[in-house]
Amino acid sequence: MSVTVDPATDSTGASVPSVDVAPETQPIGWHHRHLLDVDGLSAADLDLVMRTADAMHEVLGRPIAKVPSLRGRQVTILFYEASTRTRVSFEVAAKNLSADVVNIAAASSSVAKGESLVDTVKTVEALGAQMLVMRHSVSGAPYLAAEVFGGSVLNGGDGWHAHPTQALLDLYTMREGLGSVAGRKVVILGDLLHSRVVRSNIWTLTAAGADLWLCGPATLVRGFEAWAGRGAAAGRRFNVTTDVDEALRDADVVMALRIQRERMASGLLPSMREYAARYGLTRDRLALARPGALVMHPGPMNEGVEIAPDVAAGAQSVITDQVTNGVAVRMALLYLLAGTHGTRGSDAT
Amino acid sequence: MSSRQIMTADEIRRATTRLSHEIMEKQAGTAGLMLIGIQRRGVPLAGRIAASIAATEGVDVPVGALDITFYRDDLSLVAEQPIVKGTELPSGIDGRTIILVDDVLYTGRTIRAAMDALVDFGRPQAIRLAVLVDRGHRELPIRADHVGKNIPTSREEVVKVHLEEIDGVDSVEIERMLGEPDGDAGTRESAR
Repeated sequence: MSVTVDPATDSTGASVPSVDVAPETQPIGWHHRHLLDVDGLSAADLDLVMRTADAMHEVLGRPIAKVPSLRGRQVTILFYEASTRTRVSFEVAAKNLSADVVNIAAASSSVAKGESLVDTVKTVEALGAQMLVMRHSVSGAPYLAAEVFGGSVLNGGDGWHAHPTQALLDLYTMREGLGSVAGRKVVILGDLLHSRVVRSNIWTLTAAGADLWLCGPATLVRGFEAWAGRGAAAGRRFNVTTDVDEALRDADVVMALRIQRERMASGLLPSMREYAARYGLTRDRLALARPGALVMHPGPMNEGVEIAPDVAAGAQSVITDQVTNGVAVRMALLYLLAGTHGTRGSDAT
Repeated sequence: MSSRQIMTADEIRRATTRLSHEIMEKQAGTAGLMLIGIQRRGVPLAGRIAASIAATEGVDVPVGALDITFYRDDLSLVAEQPIVKGTELPSGIDGRTIILVDDVLYTGRTIRAAMDALVDFGRPQAIRLAVLVDRGHRELPIRADHVGKNIPTSREEVVKVHLEEIDGVDSVEIERMLGEPDGDAGTRESAR
């Protein structure tokens, strides 16, 4: 699959009267009822999400950053795992679209009394949920929810499997900084093994034509070589290495992933200090990348471990942009998915 | 489907020029004026009206583009979300006289949505409406201040505005749904 996603479709900052007066392109619709992973998204789907997110980004800059598109729709956010930014980002996104938002933290719900996932999903649907955003520690849980839920399910992260909205906001942030990711060297550095973020980013970045490099200690990159081999066979540019200098050389984007303390206990890493010394993204290492290369991190950060504080807060860092863009991208996805379960049959203009 | 032309390129040009004169006359000049085209074909029309004002008055009136997709009242009725085209306003709209520009005025629902969108950006002094074609059949209490051409239509007909900037040609056509496969559109006369 050799696809380029975005030849100059970014209309941000264009002069005013020339907004989208290019020859009419056939509008490509959105046909996915759920967003469970990004592996099923075509290049055209990715492009539609990016363009819709551009419009949402513009909405976020308005004096009143709120539009009525999802008025009267109920969005239920069901999180079985701790989260701040993803949960709040979804909540803000849904509220910016005027949806009614219901928040359920599993720890304080009937889940704690032993209610099954299927029963919980049926209950929130009976309570009026039309869109369900869920995070679960078990890979594949949102697929089960999607089987029983009548509306749309958005995966807010499941186990080690997928984190589709993070991958899409990462792609959006890279496009914002680079114009297009096609042919650009993108490095993801850190604990790949336990990362659902990287497993989703692999799909979107290679589909968008990026030259993707994954890098980390041997204990944390295992399994990805085989995937890279299959990706290369399918025409995707995808490399795995334990050599951090090789990975960072001439990179256009460097994304560091969080190292969790639990990994020490399981014997995958000797110590945080050793990881920081050998793989931490420091100013010296960043100097290997291209001047102005984007520094990213999906958060939450362990500053001083996978990323040095001066790099995280430096001029090249777009980490806070990722957070803002996350709201725009989630608004775009809620908006697009909401169109797939309306009452069909009318074409009022 | 049969179609026939109801405005030629020259007629569109004359109508646009007349609209620009009417707008200036009504406003007694161009002070505080801003033209905002509704995506998509209102946008090039607004640009043309601005060019016409610049040619006669020597003043560049600011021009913006407004996407009303998020404000539509039929989002729960359509099977698929419309593609968002983007909004770009040249400056704040507080205290300005806004001329909304669109190609066809029909039910009035687009204009209702456009006004809802505009008031989220600020408080204009006034909002006026200029359209190239008014085809009737309003469903809301809305009327245009400046009309290029009034065209009586039936609800079964479709008014198609083609503009050079988007479609490569300037023309307004009226099509009638006859419930037959698309054939040599344009060669048969509508049976209206």
